[in-house]
Amino acid sequence: MATILELKDIEKSYGEQKILNQVSFSVEEGEVLVILGPSGCGKSTLLRCINGLEPIQAGRVELEGKEILKESKNLPLVRQKIGMVFQSYDLFPHLTVLKNLLLAPVKVQKRSVEEVKGEALKLLKRVGLEGKENSYPHELSGGQMQRVAIVRSLLLHPDVLLFDEVTASLDPEMVREVLELIGELAHEGRTMIIVTHELQFAKAIADRVIFLEKGQIVEESDARLFFRQPKTQRARDFLNVFDFSTVG
Amino acid sequence: MQVSGLQVLFQGNNFLRLLKGLLVTINISLVSILISVVLGFFFGFIMVSRFRVIRFISQIYLEFIRIMPQLVLLFLVYFGLARTFNLNLSGEVAALIVFSMWGTAEMGDLVRGALTSLPKHQIESGLALGLNNRQLFIYVVMPQILRQLLPQAVNLMTRMIKTTSLIVLIGVVEVVKVGQEIIEANRLTVPSTAIWIYGLIFMMYFAVCFPISRLSVYLEKRWKE
Repeated sequence: MATILELKDIEKSYGEQKILNQVSFSVEEGEVLVILGPSGCGKSTLLRCINGLEPIQAGRVELEGKEILKESKNLPLVRQKIGMVFQSYDLFPHLTVLKNLLLAPVKVQKRSVEEVKGEALKLLKRVGLEGKENSYPHELSGGQMQRVAIVRSLLLHPDVLLFDEVTASLDPEMVREVLELIGELAHEGRTMIIVTHELQFAKAIADRVIFLEKGQIVEESDARLFFRQPKTQRARDFLNVFDFSTVG
Repeated sequence: MQVSGLQVLFQGNNFLRLLKGLLVTINISLVSILISVVLGFFFGFIMVSRFRVIRFISQIYLEFIRIMPQLVLLFLVYFGLARTFNLNLSGEVAALIVFSMWGTAEMGDLVRGALTSLPKHQIESGLALGLNNRQLFIYVVMPQILRQLLPQAVNLMTRMIKTTSLIVLIGVVEVVKVGQEIIEANRLTVPSTAIWIYGLIFMMYFAVCFPISRLSVYLEKRWKE
């Protein structure tokens, strides 16, 4: 398997406060990497550093062997290859679903409206949103918006998808529909990095897990191994907090 | 037979003169609104500058213009500048300067408000989709701030049009001034002229401002979605 994305010694700080410290890992093609860790451990920042939304102080991010530079004029080009879905519903409120979907492929990638529209409608149907193309985001539920956001990043044909706690602001009954969709994408062999708090979901979908704490990778291992017998005490404690069979 | 105030309205070219006065009012309003919109946009972006000093200076400007009654500003520019710097400004030019300064400040503040209320993740999701800065501005930022801005900007327009009535006090012959002249001319013969003239002026302002105000309501409703 080819390495798609590689991070080397990423350092990130806000002023004096160090957010990420010497973070290195790589993602292989078709792999699902889940990043776990307590709140404030730097998971989301890590994702944002990958596509240059946050500047890094040291280290490098390589996409298919080429370094991504924050100052680079190619950053918009690189970002098209890295699809990102955020926690907050980030659709553009002044555009209909279809226009949200068409914007980047047509304006940035200069593809024809007809071609993208055809693909967009197909994808909408697939995620169960047939007939919603002319709705505005405020007419959709949170789960529907998040599915549109996922379709929007898929339309750019990215090499890797980043999911940043995409279910964190959803009502419980909507979490499922979004997670199912991400699960399907994983089965298709898409490369993704997922930051999530849904441990059951992580267990079901991850190929590999990175456990992050205080901006450092504490443990990195095969997903099955990680959930069955974590190597570090810290990861064990973290998993135990979520293990309700020990409650009582 | 005694001439009534209503008749004075249409005596000679009185009505036409009032209309011409209204045109002066509209002219000064429109030009200053135009200047304010253009400069106000720049001012709004200056107000959200990364540099604290620039933000501070622009804030001072805004507060200064807001606190000063427009009349005092008019006097300051018209009489103050004329005396101190020996600048002989016509009343119209002084009015344009003052109303543009005021409009720019208020418009800038509206632009600033719209810009700062735009959620950060809107920008980020645009960037994450690979939009460059120019595309981000055209397709994401501008449409959203315009929607937020327009109803309030239209509202500002009506305020500016109304306030131009103050320029009668620096000798500009606009609609109120023409009215006063007509009233003055008929003061002794037809005392009821005043109510008719001012009534008509009221209707004229109403005719100009009401459609604009409705437009604002319409835009607000339409874009609420």
